[in-house]
Order: sequence, then C-alpha cells, then structure tokens
Amino acid sequence: MNTIVCVKQVPDPEIPPAKFKIDPETKKVIPPAGVPPVISVYDERAVEAACRLKDKHKGKITVISMGSGKASDVIKHTISMGADEGFLLEDQAFENLDSFGTAYVLAKAIQKIGGYDLVLCGRQAADWGAGQVGSILAEILGIPVVTLACDIQAADKKFRVKRTVKDGFEVLEAPMPSLVTVSSEIGLPRLPGGVGLMLARKKQIPVWKAQDIGAEASQLDKANAHTEITGLSVPTRKTECEMVTGGTPGEAGVNLAEKISKLI
Amino acid sequence: MGSHKGVLVCGEIAEGKLSPITIELLGAGRKLASELDEDLSTLLMGSKAGGLGQDAIAYGADKVYVAEDSLLDDYNSDAYTRVAADLCQKVLPSIMLLGHTDVGCDLAPRLNGRLGGGLAMDCLAISIDPATKLLVSTRPVFGGNAHATMVSKSARPQMATLRLKVVPPAERNDSRQGQVIPFEGKVDPSAVKVKVVDRIKEEVEGVKLEDAEVVVSGGRGIGNAQNFGMLRELANILGGAVGATRPACDEGWAPTRLQVGQSGKVVSPKLYVAVALSGAMSHIAGCLGSKVIVAINKDKEANIFNVAHFGIVGDYKEVLPALTAKLKELKSK
Repeated sequence: MNTIVCVKQVPDPEIPPAKFKIDPETKKVIPPAGVPPVISVYDERAVEAACRLKDKHKGKITVISMGSGKASDVIKHTISMGADEGFLLEDQAFENLDSFGTAYVLAKAIQKIGGYDLVLCGRQAADWGAGQVGSILAEILGIPVVTLACDIQAADKKFRVKRTVKDGFEVLEAPMPSLVTVSSEIGLPRLPGGVGLMLARKKQIPVWKAQDIGAEASQLDKANAHTEITGLSVPTRKTECEMVTGGTPGEAGVNLAEKISKLI
Repeated sequence: MGSHKGVLVCGEIAEGKLSPITIELLGAGRKLASELDEDLSTLLMGSKAGGLGQDAIAYGADKVYVAEDSLLDDYNSDAYTRVAADLCQKVLPSIMLLGHTDVGCDLAPRLNGRLGGGLAMDCLAISIDPATKLLVSTRPVFGGNAHATMVSKSARPQMATLRLKVVPPAERNDSRQGQVIPFEGKVDPSAVKVKVVDRIKEEVEGVKLEDAEVVVSGGRGIGNAQNFGMLRELANILGGAVGATRPACDEGWAPTRLQVGQSGKVVSPKLYVAVALSGAMSHIAGCLGSKVIVAINKDKEANIFNVAHFGIVGDYKEVLPALTAKLKELKSK
C-alpha cells in the first residue's frame, strides 16, 4: 500500500485569542511571536490514518507539503510518526496560491512521485480552512474522492471508508487509487517514538521547485486565480463579564444559579 | 464569462420536502438575482423531485430543473457531481449556491474542481458588489477568529456554500409563476465509482450536542474522566449536553464526538457553561455563537472571561455542586 499524504504547516490554533493579530492591509495573519507553527490538525490525523494502513498492509508513506523552508519541520514530524519520505514544495511562485493553484502544485508533485494507491488530505486546513483542496486535487488527478473519513480499511484492491455525516456515518466502497480527506473523528495521532525521532532528525527533506515538478507558470499566475481575498477583519465582540461572587466558591455557585435560572 | 447568467440554487430534499437550507438559499438567491436583474433557478435531484417544483417556485425560483432518477434519491458524490456539473455546463449560471450541509460540503468543492469556478465555503453572508456586480462572500477563517471576504473576478460559476440559519427563509407565495423543466441528465451507473454500502444512524444518549439549548463544557482543568460526571449532572438538570475541549478529549476524558471547537463541533446554545477551560482560540471558535456564556475558572486571567457574560473565579469542584443543587431546587419550584 503506497500512500501519499498532503500536509500543511499552520499557525498554532491553540493560542489565546489575544495573541491573534492580523494585518488588514496585506490581508495576512501576523504569526504570533515565540509560538512555533504546527502541522494542521486534520493533516496530522491523515498521517495517522496512513500509519494505521501501513501497520496492517506494509508499504510506503510519502508526505508532501507546500510552504516555506520551515515547513520541513512538519514533514520531519510526520517521519517521526512513521512516514518514510517527504518532499517540500517551495518556490516563490507557490506563495499565496488559491485552492486551485495549491491543488495544481500538489497534483504535479503527486504525478511525479507516482505509483500510489491512496492520496490522503486533511478535511480542511486549520488556518484558511477553504475545505476544497482535496476535492479539486482528486478532480485534477482524475481519481474518486471520499470526504470526511473517520475510518479507512483496505481489502481486495478496494477501500472501505467510513465517513462522518450529521446523524451518524456512511460506509463507502472506493476503488484503488482514490483520494480520501480525513476528519478528526478518526482519532488521536500517535506520539513519535525514540526511533522515529532519530530517523526524522537524520532525514533529508528534498526541496522541489516549480520546474522540478513541471508546474507551468501560467497555472501559478495570480492573474488567473479563481478566488481573491478582498478583505480580512477580526469580528468585534464586546462582552462585559459580570463577576459573580460569594463568601465561598459554593456561595458564588448559588448566586450564579439565581442568575442563570432566569435565562433558561 | 460573459455568457454566464443567473443564480442557480442546488436544492436538497429531506423527507419528501424541500429542506430548510434550500428555502433559505432560495431567499438569498432571489435577492441576488433581483439585484442583478437575472433569473433564479434551482436544481432538484431524486425520483420525486418533480413534485416539489411548484414549492420551489412559490419560494422564489423562476425555473426549476428536476433530475428524476432513483440513483439520486440518496446522496452519492459521483452521481450528484455528474448531474450538477452537466446542468451547470448547460445553463451556465453566473452564481451557484449550495448549503453548508453534508451534501454541500462534499458536492461543492468537487463540482468546483470540475467546473473551474471560484468557491467560498461556509459563508456567513453573501451579497452583490454594486460597482463590479461580483458575488462577495464572507466566511470565517482561522477558526472563526477572523472573517475574510472573497470574490471571483473571472472564474465561473461564482460558488458559495451558505451556513444554516444565517439568512431568513424565503417567504412562500403560491401565486408566483415559474417553469418546471425536466433535466434529462441520466446517471450512467458505471460513472458511479464510489458506492455507499451502508448508512448507520448514531444513537445518542440524551440531547445531541449540536441541538442542545444548554451545553456544559470542561477543559484540561477538570483533571480526569471521573470528574466529567459533575458536568454531566449539571447538564442533566438543565436538559443539556456535555461538551469538552480538544485537550480534554485528547486526554481521553471525553469522547471526540463531544469536542467543541474548530476541529470539533460548532454549537450555539442559549447557555454555554465553560468549566475549567482557558478559552483557547480554537475552542472559542466552537462556542462563540452561544447566547450567554458562563465561565468558571480558577485563573482570573483566563481568556474565557473575555468572552463570558457571567464569571466565577474559583475551583469548579466547589462551585459546581452548589450551582447544580441550587438549580435543581429552583427548577423544582
């Protein structure tokens, strides 16, 4: 079973909102000082899904990430989890691409790697969260797609994928190769072991530029972007927090009960 | 791009009726179409779609395309994508709207990939820019901590999935006139590569988190799985559900399906009680829509107090039993 997983490096979403700052002029988020970026949460679960399949069926996991030099950290993280190889897609032409541009670059890299049974993506990124790169990528690659997976099993050259829907689950059967986007319901990602960390430290992460994957300049031209961000703002919310007190924490609790019992 | 005209709503049918989001989309679509002075059409799929044509017209559609095929009765990604793409290539809509539902979340990005349009997911608002006549979509980014507006200058159709209940439903007017047009886009069964082999309804004990009017959530400060029982007790008294932060779920104190936040569920109850949780950006994203937020935390500097309406600085282990007992007493009166 050969799996290719697409991962993205994002600003850590587990920060207090006070640390979250944007620049409305450039329509960008200012990275919080002293907080290292992390692998996008759903992408980490996609790597976990790949590792579970490898545990059962052997094979190889290749991870690709489009981003700046620091994104090799997230690739190394996936190697410490159990991925075998990783490539960083880094080129000035890849910066600020929309979902189509991103899917195009990933598709070019996947076509260069070749020989895959499964392509995995997170259901959406934890930053811009467009929620469409996986599906567009599948359309470009011309392979079937299943979204929001919470379990993936492989047997008889087919995948059996459980996907999350509002009131339960759907079980789908997809041929090989397919693309599956993974949701957090798949469960916790494994913690890297000592051997994994050692392998990751030593691993070289090759960098592929546009010409290495045969990406055409016209496809990366911002003038051809399908979508454009015209504004970014932080919604204002003003709440006055009324502090409820009492002689003891218990008394405060009683006083709070009086207040909220009127609300419901 | 010049030949693309009109607004197309991709409708959904639930239990033999137009689903609530479809009626909301028709209302939003009607507004956009009127501003552009163009037609509003809708696509309905399923063997009984034709019977709902007049309903869609009453809710604002000028044209209703019905694709009647039993293969379309339940959602299948391959079949729906094929039919919707075929229709779009035939009627060339300038704008296409879908619900941010199970169907829309899967269908919209795929359809967009096939048509080469420009898509904004999970929109909170959509409007027409008066100067450019482009669709302007507003959507949450960074887990709802920021809002982005997006346009598609040249890619068509301009697509958006709309979150539930962000626009009022269309008003029904049975005197409206319109056309119901059969769409002969038969689904070739061989084009269906991914097959649904089973549908499992999840049985939930008590109230569902997403539907609950009261949610009591715990964070890392709860300390262990057993103490979540205290949250359950309070939730039970109030007829509510229990939620948890990502760290609490990661610790295994609560199941992942109870996770509230960016990578979990988004809830908007009347009352949200946040217990021993600091209020990380990713968690706040899941509960900001709550009418009233109550925070109980030992740390008076915790961020959760910045978004809460009522707060107690104190140990939840002392506060909760008293709060629960008092509410029980007040309720029994």
